[in-house]
Amino acid sequence: MGRIADAFENARKENRAALVIYLCAGDPNLSTTADLVVAAAEAGADVIELGVPFSDPTADGPAIQRAAERALRGGTTLCGVLETVRAIRARTDVPILLFGYYNPILAYGEHKLADDAADSGADGFLVVNLPPEESAGLREPAVGKGLDFVPLVAPTSNSERIAQAAAAATSFIYYVSMTGVTGSKAVDLASASERAGALQRELGCPIAIGFGVKTKDDVATVAPHVDGVVVGSAVVRTIEDAATPEEAVASVRELVAGLTQGLNRQ
Amino acid sequence: MRYVPRLMQPPEPASGRYGPYGGRYVAETLMPALDELTQAYQESQRDPAFQAELDVLLHQYAGRETPTYFASRLSEEIGCRIWLKREDLCHTGAHKVNNTLGQILLAKRMGKTRIIAETGAGQHGVATATACALMGLPCEVYMGAEDVRRQAPNVRRMELLGAQVHSVTSGSSTLKDAMNEALRDWVTNVRTTHYCVGSVAGPHPYPVIVRDFQAVIGQEARAQMLEQAGKLPDAVVACVGGGSNAMGIFAGFIDDESVRLIGVEAAGEGIETGHHAAPLCAGGVGVLHGAKSYVLQTADGQIVEAHSISAGLDYPGVGPEHAWLKDTGRATYGSVTDDAALDAFQQLCRTEGIIPALETSHAFAYLPTVAKALGPDADILVCLSGRGDKDLETVLEKLEERG
Repeated sequence: MGRIADAFENARKENRAALVIYLCAGDPNLSTTADLVVAAAEAGADVIELGVPFSDPTADGPAIQRAAERALRGGTTLCGVLETVRAIRARTDVPILLFGYYNPILAYGEHKLADDAADSGADGFLVVNLPPEESAGLREPAVGKGLDFVPLVAPTSNSERIAQAAAAATSFIYYVSMTGVTGSKAVDLASASERAGALQRELGCPIAIGFGVKTKDDVATVAPHVDGVVVGSAVVRTIEDAATPEEAVASVRELVAGLTQGLNRQ
Repeated sequence: MRYVPRLMQPPEPASGRYGPYGGRYVAETLMPALDELTQAYQESQRDPAFQAELDVLLHQYAGRETPTYFASRLSEEIGCRIWLKREDLCHTGAHKVNNTLGQILLAKRMGKTRIIAETGAGQHGVATATACALMGLPCEVYMGAEDVRRQAPNVRRMELLGAQVHSVTSGSSTLKDAMNEALRDWVTNVRTTHYCVGSVAGPHPYPVIVRDFQAVIGQEARAQMLEQAGKLPDAVVACVGGGSNAMGIFAGFIDDESVRLIGVEAAGEGIETGHHAAPLCAGGVGVLHGAKSYVLQTADGQIVEAHSISAGLDYPGVGPEHAWLKDTGRATYGSVTDDAALDAFQQLCRTEGIIPALETSHAFAYLPTVAKALGPDADILVCLSGRGDKDLETVLEKLEERG
């Protein structure tokens, strides 16, 4: 079992959901990203989704778009992200899921990326615009290297597509809480959580809910139903609002510590 | 000549692949909608009532068929026989309406209650707003802020037609970013909304749908050439941004091996400057907006902003079928600069009394190259994809700069 599955398993043993924190690599710069990952892990994040910035992030709302723009202006590349993962591995064992869009992966080379990601100490991939029909080219070399490949399920997915995702999942399924982009408002998290919970029981595969989860209370709404909860845009906004990298690290540590308060299942 | 109804298209393989190109690289949320659209489209293609309704609209509303015209004065200057397929005479002033009438009719059939679209030059936005007004559906159009400025008359037109125009300020504020925003809207409202894509780009089935609705251009032109010239053309030339007018006219000649198919991309300030919009001529293979094709990108796979005087060609990607036609050699692709397009724009005004769109002017600017290769006895068919009234401000500004 990989580090990501272990993290979900450990959380389950502690009768709580696993907390997955999204960070955009290179925002504000890669050395701060390393500090942010370590701080989030120390504050209680179970898994880090490390965003690989892309110029045209069509599944993301304004907060993560701006983060990606800042990261790219600073010269962040996939190669640089892998070097950062390697540096992080000297400091923490927190599982790191590389999260992004397909074109930078295609440009890097799928087989080479699977090799280099495994070598750097990353734990898997989640590629938002790579549905199961198109994913074999990355999934097969990645899984061959012992990396996870995390499929997505959306509110619009039919049972056939959900079964396809479950069959491809190696650690967990990412459940998109609503039709929309990251960071959207006005999501009915409670009913999305119930639906995802029913699906998790049916499939017997851990599910993490993302999109529109911002606060400790949101986390508490999700946690009783599924094994994982993802917070992204709220973290990215905290970093955006910080005056200095040091302040960003401190604020994210505080935010994550607060979010962990919502994870427990009574 | 009597109106010729459109030919039914052969069914497409389910994969939506053109060799290694095409496919569906989109968020999971959109995948079921693409399946639904594929199925609805295939059903509509088999339904004679749908075909008949569309044919009536194209004929009586959009003004098809459009003529093919022998441009004698231009022919003299270029040095071979030039024929113009007059899509500029379509209702709304460009070929775009062929596709939007088809897609909005399809959207109604699917029970969609809201239409969104992206637009660059504004021609597709106007054509979508027009079809929505005609069929009574609300329409929202995403347009880059830079293009809102360059193509102000088309913004006014869309608003008059009842559409809401969203000015997009993210990224480069042009067509690529408008398409990003339209995709974000669609992923949010996918259950009720049809995304009316304007080019042969995007995820499957859009490249197929848009090509099929535009194929009427090539089907008519082929029959017209046989009747008027007594032969097929030696070459068919069209400008390529996303590539819908080119795919439409190529579609009529793709099985005629003697007919050279030539696409013309925008070289902007010159390919060597890096400021261009010519992914087929100077880009690499990548994935943008849901399909694998040629794109302008960095070595790290970040999409590079395109540059062209023409808003409709100012796009860093191109339809996947063009990528396949290029690789197989069935079509060839060249490029011309902003300056050459401006010269060709003026030449067509002066010789034929036709003001072409700046997009279309790129096809004309490439004619001397084609004529030189084929010789004085060649018949060249050009897709005159749109009229240029919308571009007057840009053209006059540029001419003044030149002095």
